[in-house]
Amino acid sequence: MKSTTLRMANMNSQDTVSKGRKVGSVLVVGGGIGGIQTALDLAESGFKVYVVDNSSAIGGVMAQLDKTFPTNDCSMCILSPKLVQCGRHLNVEVLTCSEVTKISGRAGNFNVSVKQQPRYVDIAKCTGCGLCAKFCPVDAIDSFNKGLRDRTAIHISYPQAVPLAYMIDREKCVGCGLCKNVCLADAISYLEQEKEVTLNVGAIILAPGIREFDAKLKSEYGYGRYPNVVTSIEFERILSASGPFMGRVQRPSDGEIPKKIAFLQCIGSRDVTCGNGYCSSVCCMYATKEAVIAREHMSQIEPTIFYMDLRAHGKDFDKYIERARNKYGVRFARCRVSEVKEISKTQSLKIRYETEDGTQHEENFDLVVLSVGFAPSETVEKLAKNLGVELNKYGFCKTRTFYPIETSKPGVFVCGMFSSPKDIPQTVTQASAAAASVGKLLFSVRGTLIKKKKFPRELDVKGQPPRIGVFVCHCGINIGGVVDVPSVVAYAQTLPNVVYACENLYTCSSDTQEIIKNEIKEHNLNRVIVASCSPRTHEPLFQETIREAGLNSYLFEMANIRDQCSWVHMFEHEAATEKAKDLVRMAVAKAAKLNPLDRILLDVIPRGLIIGGGLSGMIAALALAEQGFETYLIEKEKALGGFLRNIHNTLEGEDPQRFLKELIRKVKDNHLIHTFQGVNIEEISGYVGNFRTTIAHASEKSELDHGIIIVATGGEEYRPKEYQYSMDPRIITQSELEDRLSTTTISTRLNSVVIIQCVGSRDNSHPYCSRVCCGEAIKNALKIKEKSPTTEVFILYRDMRTYGFAETYYEKARELGIIFIRYNENKKPEVIKKSENGRESLSVSVYEPIIGEQISIDADLVVLSAAIVPPDGNKILAKMLKVPLNEDGFFLEAHAKLRPVDFTTEGIFVCGMAHAPKSIEESISQAYAAASRAATILTKTKIEAEGIVALIDEKMCTGCGTCIILCPYGAITKNDVGVATVTAVLCKGCGLCAASCPERAIITPHFTDEQITSQTRALLGRITA
Amino acid sequence: MKPAEKEWTPKILAFLCNWCSYAGADLAGISRMQYPPNIRVVRVPCSGRVNPYFIIKALQRGWDGVLVSGCHPGDCHYISGNLVARRRFAVLKDLLEYLGIESGRLNFSWVSAAEGEKFATVVKEVVEKVKALGPAERLVKR
Ligand code: FES
Repeated sequence: MKSTTLRMANMNSQDTVSKGRKVGSVLVVGGGIGGIQTALDLAESGFKVYVVDNSSAIGGVMAQLDKTFPTNDCSMCILSPKLVQCGRHLNVEVLTCSEVTKISGRAGNFNVSVKQQPRYVDIAKCTGCGLCAKFCPVDAIDSFNKGLRDRTAIHISYPQAVPLAYMIDREKCVGCGLCKNVCLADAISYLEQEKEVTLNVGAIILAPGIREFDAKLKSEYGYGRYPNVVTSIEFERILSASGPFMGRVQRPSDGEIPKKIAFLQCIGSRDVTCGNGYCSSVCCMYATKEAVIAREHMSQIEPTIFYMDLRAHGKDFDKYIERARNKYGVRFARCRVSEVKEISKTQSLKIRYETEDGTQHEENFDLVVLSVGFAPSETVEKLAKNLGVELNKYGFCKTRTFYPIETSKPGVFVCGMFSSPKDIPQTVTQASAAAASVGKLLFSVRGTLIKKKKFPRELDVKGQPPRIGVFVCHCGINIGGVVDVPSVVAYAQTLPNVVYACENLYTCSSDTQEIIKNEIKEHNLNRVIVASCSPRTHEPLFQETIREAGLNSYLFEMANIRDQCSWVHMFEHEAATEKAKDLVRMAVAKAAKLNPLDRILLDVIPRGLIIGGGLSGMIAALALAEQGFETYLIEKEKALGGFLRNIHNTLEGEDPQRFLKELIRKVKDNHLIHTFQGVNIEEISGYVGNFRTTIAHASEKSELDHGIIIVATGGEEYRPKEYQYSMDPRIITQSELEDRLSTTTISTRLNSVVIIQCVGSRDNSHPYCSRVCCGEAIKNALKIKEKSPTTEVFILYRDMRTYGFAETYYEKARELGIIFIRYNENKKPEVIKKSENGRESLSVSVYEPIIGEQISIDADLVVLSAAIVPPDGNKILAKMLKVPLNEDGFFLEAHAKLRPVDFTTEGIFVCGMAHAPKSIEESISQAYAAASRAATILTKTKIEAEGIVALIDEKMCTGCGTCIILCPYGAITKNDVGVATVTAVLCKGCGLCAASCPERAIITPHFTDEQITSQTRALLGRITA
Repeated sequence: MKPAEKEWTPKILAFLCNWCSYAGADLAGISRMQYPPNIRVVRVPCSGRVNPYFIIKALQRGWDGVLVSGCHPGDCHYISGNLVARRRFAVLKDLLEYLGIESGRLNFSWVSAAEGEKFATVVKEVVEKVKALGPAERLVKR
């Protein structure tokens, strides 16, 4: 009978898969940041989601990190809102302590068996109060804190855990019954059994993450033998405020503060001897970050990073390295460490290493951190086997360049570390991309299995005297380490209208959300203040919380005592505390004047607009159209294809041109995609859900209405000004070489080719790394060798940044005799032309660091790996869209780590090289991701807009018309009685009118004159509120 | 002046637009750039929201200096609010000077969301400037 109900739910017959119908639910395996992001995207776009994780809480590795590069954001602070969102989402069901054992069925309709281990604590009943743990007599090891701290047999993995429920470690538990006796919620049951559940889902996304490399396998570094040799993940816990030493950097052996810390790179990466020939991609950056943070925690620390190549290939990474070097005094030493030995008396460590010039050195350190790489674990191997997906030779999930999200099994997708080593933003990007791929498969059954969120009826607070609650956050030690939080709380309690104030370790964690809701009820609060981080990132979270407690979301105010206080006055504890008090008082003064506002519901035009018809733009267009959304694709040039037209092969040996041709055909054939080629954008107006874009096509103009915008304007190759480029036909760029390689056979008479890296990258004019050039150079060098094995190829580089699996090809290139010579940025190579016997010869002179001499290489061809630069048009477009560019001219996303394709302006997204230089694979992932984020809007018929709309007091208005002239949106007009009125949907709440009205007859809600002046009145010392 | 009083440091009020300068100030924090702890920020949707009245009021209430910062010309999230603001403050500055308020007490700057460093520099400069001028007494109502 079940099938009949399903058929009723969906009448569309094309949805039948050969056995059974498509199902509108999705299984996500793994609850790390990747799994969380994909689950949220899916749930927001109309699918029911199950998240299965084998640990007791979601959060994955990111929950263990202290800070994240390159912004030094506190990891927990940015993760926590997502954990909370995931944990409380109506359409996300989290199954912890669970693993997938079997699947059957096919894409669109799978049956999945999940085995759930007992946790002996009922999640529904446990409040996370921690009483049980207090009474538990058995010390067991705390695996979250990497064995650096003991924990009890009954435990939670970390204080912000979602779900926040305890779990009993059966192996350590002695069954004394103490916890059961003290538990007031009656949540503990020793008799719980292993369970098996079957889930019926339409698609599966694998986001299991992978494990860090087992450092014991490299015994020469002494891990496991010497207490003061720790792994980078352990060090991350040492740094963390919620870690074993509360953020104090100390040696495990004696608790002393280490003065000299050595970071050893590439432990278990780029190392064929342990079977890991790939680069783990993130270690250079995390080591630098750990060095910086350690320095920040304790200024006497002197960190040194021992590395082979410094791989800072991501957006704004090089700037981070420079800061680490110049501002924090982090020492970077290029060399290989051969051995670590303990000095028995002090338990310090002697490191033996060899520098580039071949000399041996020894140096003593107080602590050694091994920057371990990442490797797939047995768990994921088993998972892959159970699901029937193929792995590559290193045990990662097998994917293809043009299909980075697809596994070998249809209907099963992959994201994050499981397919290749990658950083958090790339994982998040792929997670969204996986959601879009699922959207393509299951769009016809979207919305069939979901529940809608209902908030409780809003309490009417009008006319009530303000009752303000203040929640002051420690943010680990981010705030608490600088600002005296208890004194701020005590001070808040003395302020008028404040009826409640307290401190929290992390105000954004899910348990604190419950606390806030309870305190609202308990104390009848009708205004809430959180003093913590920036409202730009966290206001929505807290607004939703108070809404769940029945308060209008505008009855909320934040005091930014972290980003704008503790972080910028790190060494002035007293002044920072003073300032925090001021900021809290200002917030209290404003909160007392806050009024509830209604949010407006806006229609969404279910159409997308994509700017740029290159690879990313076309992929995004298809991803939208194949989910059933009409899409406009705008390209300024006559032809589609963008930069991809210059690429003729890939490292993996695929054919980009064939793929491109096929892609263009698909775009042209799709009746939902309308392409406009050779057009200019004249104007973009509107807001999320309702944009209008005017395009000019020769002399014609058209207006397009759409609900979202995806920016995919791509990148360009820099035209070098250096190395005599364009003055000699034998000096060409990398893409010119590629073109030649694909059209003509390279002559075997070519004796020698010299490739110079970083031309226009990592210098003063373009301080960033172009990311793709190292891989491209190796690809083309290998191609030359393939066509003409006798040709000598030299690559002059600064750091070879062949991250991930590209490292394998670097290895191969060296095997084939391609010669790599490192040059220093202040000793750049020189191209020299000489006339001999009427023939002009070409050579490159470079300083060779191994022999320590300047050498000259004859060259028949000099190839310049020219930078990727942003197109000029970005500036104009950024203005039209009112979104920011970064200092290098690429579009600046909303958050470098967790919102890699969003802008702060809702409804606008970015993908591909418009965002930063990136590979084909990465561009494709990001394009899917942008489409996925866009779908979370396009699938809704209505969205809520901000309630901030100007109000005019008609009695006070004299009809002078100042506001009408000034309003940038033409939202104000004169009505029949001659006074101004506002068209609500056009008003964006900027407040220009209110600030200009001579009669002060206009109010900007939430930023009223009264609210603002009450904030400024609250000045410490002179005037009391 | 009572001799026991702590060394005087200026109190500066800053109005930052939500989209650029407030974000720039956050970025300064994220990048851990250090600047003097003398400013207190009021977040406004746009620099165009700042009524000259707020500034006069602030000086009356004993703030020693005011900083208004918005998006760069052309970057205002609301198209032209920052330009209107600039015109407005040019007039206000003249007026205040006429009343004997040193022009250094009223500062206007453009700081984008990507300019954490610039924000820190602006704050340092403004604090220095106002420090040199000493406490603002002229408009203070007692
Ligand atoms: S929004 Fe920044 S100045 Fe207008």
